[in-house]
Amino acid sequence: MNQFIRNNLGYLLLLAALVILPYALALITGDPLNKGLPLFVQGLMIQVFILAVFALSYDILMGHTGILSFGHALFFGTGAYTLGILVKYGQWSIPAAIVAVVIIAALESFVIGVLSLRVHGVYFAMVTLAFATVAFILVEATDFKKWTGAEDGLHGIPVPDALNPALHRTEFYFLALAFAVMVYLLVKLFVDSPSGRVWAAIRENEARATSIGYNTLVFKVQATIISGIIGALAGVLNALWNLSATPQTMGVDTTINALLMCIIGGSGTIIGPMLGAGVLQLLGYLLNLWLGSVWQLVFGLIYILLVLFVPYGIIGTWRAKNFEWRAMWRDRLQRVATGTGKSSG
Amino acid sequence: MSNILELHSIHTFIGQFHILEGVSLSVAEGSITALLGRNGAGKTTTLKSIIGLRPPREGAVRFGGADIRGRRPYDIAALGIGYVPENRAVFRALTVEENLRIAERKKDDLAKRGDLIFGLFPDLKKFIKLSAGQLSGGQQQMLAIARSLVPENRLLLIDEPSEGLAPILIEQLMESIRSLSAHTTILLVEQNFRMASQLADYYYLIDDGKSVQNGAMKDLVNDRATVQRYLGAS
Repeated sequence: MNQFIRNNLGYLLLLAALVILPYALALITGDPLNKGLPLFVQGLMIQVFILAVFALSYDILMGHTGILSFGHALFFGTGAYTLGILVKYGQWSIPAAIVAVVIIAALESFVIGVLSLRVHGVYFAMVTLAFATVAFILVEATDFKKWTGAEDGLHGIPVPDALNPALHRTEFYFLALAFAVMVYLLVKLFVDSPSGRVWAAIRENEARATSIGYNTLVFKVQATIISGIIGALAGVLNALWNLSATPQTMGVDTTINALLMCIIGGSGTIIGPMLGAGVLQLLGYLLNLWLGSVWQLVFGLIYILLVLFVPYGIIGTWRAKNFEWRAMWRDRLQRVATGTGKSSG
Repeated sequence: MSNILELHSIHTFIGQFHILEGVSLSVAEGSITALLGRNGAGKTTTLKSIIGLRPPREGAVRFGGADIRGRRPYDIAALGIGYVPENRAVFRALTVEENLRIAERKKDDLAKRGDLIFGLFPDLKKFIKLSAGQLSGGQQQMLAIARSLVPENRLLLIDEPSEGLAPILIEQLMESIRSLSAHTTILLVEQNFRMASQLADYYYLIDDGKSVQNGAMKDLVNDRATVQRYLGAS
């Protein structure tokens, strides 16, 4: 047990800090939990947790299996809209709607995976972008305005009071935190499993993995399905938080954000993308506060500096102390950028 | 002695380039057969044609009597062919143990074959928890070969094992490959003619994607003119 605490000290401290954060803020400001700064920071952090899960789901593909997707927002949006439509217009209970989301996301990612994973690298990215764009057009289409709200989005998802983030902010904060911790543990379990090792083998050299006896398509589809389901669940939580589902959830910006979070935090490190979500979200908020509308320009500059000086992300660079790690990462990023790369065994 | 592998005039293309223009060879069960030829002759492509990474368009690839041409690499591997690609083909992010385990076809393959593997490559046991990217070049090459030994393969295709290794390591590697041949059949691609000539029982010589000559290795060693002409070594 002692050994466990020592090995995971950083994670445990981070978790403890997040648990006491609302209470610490309440104590410092003198405000109650459901007013002022404590209320506001909890809201900010809830968004961080949601995006952390979404970024992590994206990194199952990019960081762990070496698959570049530009259409991951499709799953986030699927989760948000499926929940919204079923709960608001179908009068489904939330648990039943979540089961439906899992099934739909699994089918969706299975079909996309089987159809598209035969092409590699940027070509796969383009195919996924096409799928996500079709979904984006569909939710914006006035033909389905009755259910989707078209450009305005679907608003006023009815939820029981206990789940209402406006009424029970702190409970929702812990729900989102628990969700993020659970997904972290789940992804760690997958990555450390025999399947996870095959994902890593595919990421490094797909031909090599094939020639030792793996039907790599099966494992890539498996990774896509797991990634899709988790991404959709993040979308569910986002819909519950906002009590709405909007076209932006399906938009390409949502995917690009996940990509940035992974790269900033450290792709392929599990905790990295989650940390990246925190950095991106909090930095975005602070820059917006200080600089107003030009904040994105400044953020772009910061991003360029990060890529130049912290090239493997915060966690990746921290771990990349020796040359071998660096060589491996260079290799990996190159392969993601150029497709599967070498066909030479 | 029967042939475990036979290629009958295979033709392989990479894109629109006609790389193999009729390569034929047979590998006798239990032997070490060397595939020789200068750079770009098509040796690596021949191995890839066998394992299915570059499926031949024409000809026949027979393994254990069955035609395997056109099958997927993972199906071909499952029949009992281990492929050791050139350039120390390990998975760098995985540990030594994970590199071995990933090659298991049955759950207890490594447990069963561990003694053989670590007997041949004791270094690997020492570094079992280290990530493969941290091993030296020679150790990585040994790991790549060791990985092909985890399942009970009936044939190993080994591509340029000595490439980039120091002479002392080449000696060690030769010892290991020689001991290996007691357990399995080996088709070896090797630029280092001295190494190939000391290990192999038979040779096949290819040039410009075509089979040129074959026979017992001991005859080739004495045929200086042929060695000079096709391999540029003596």
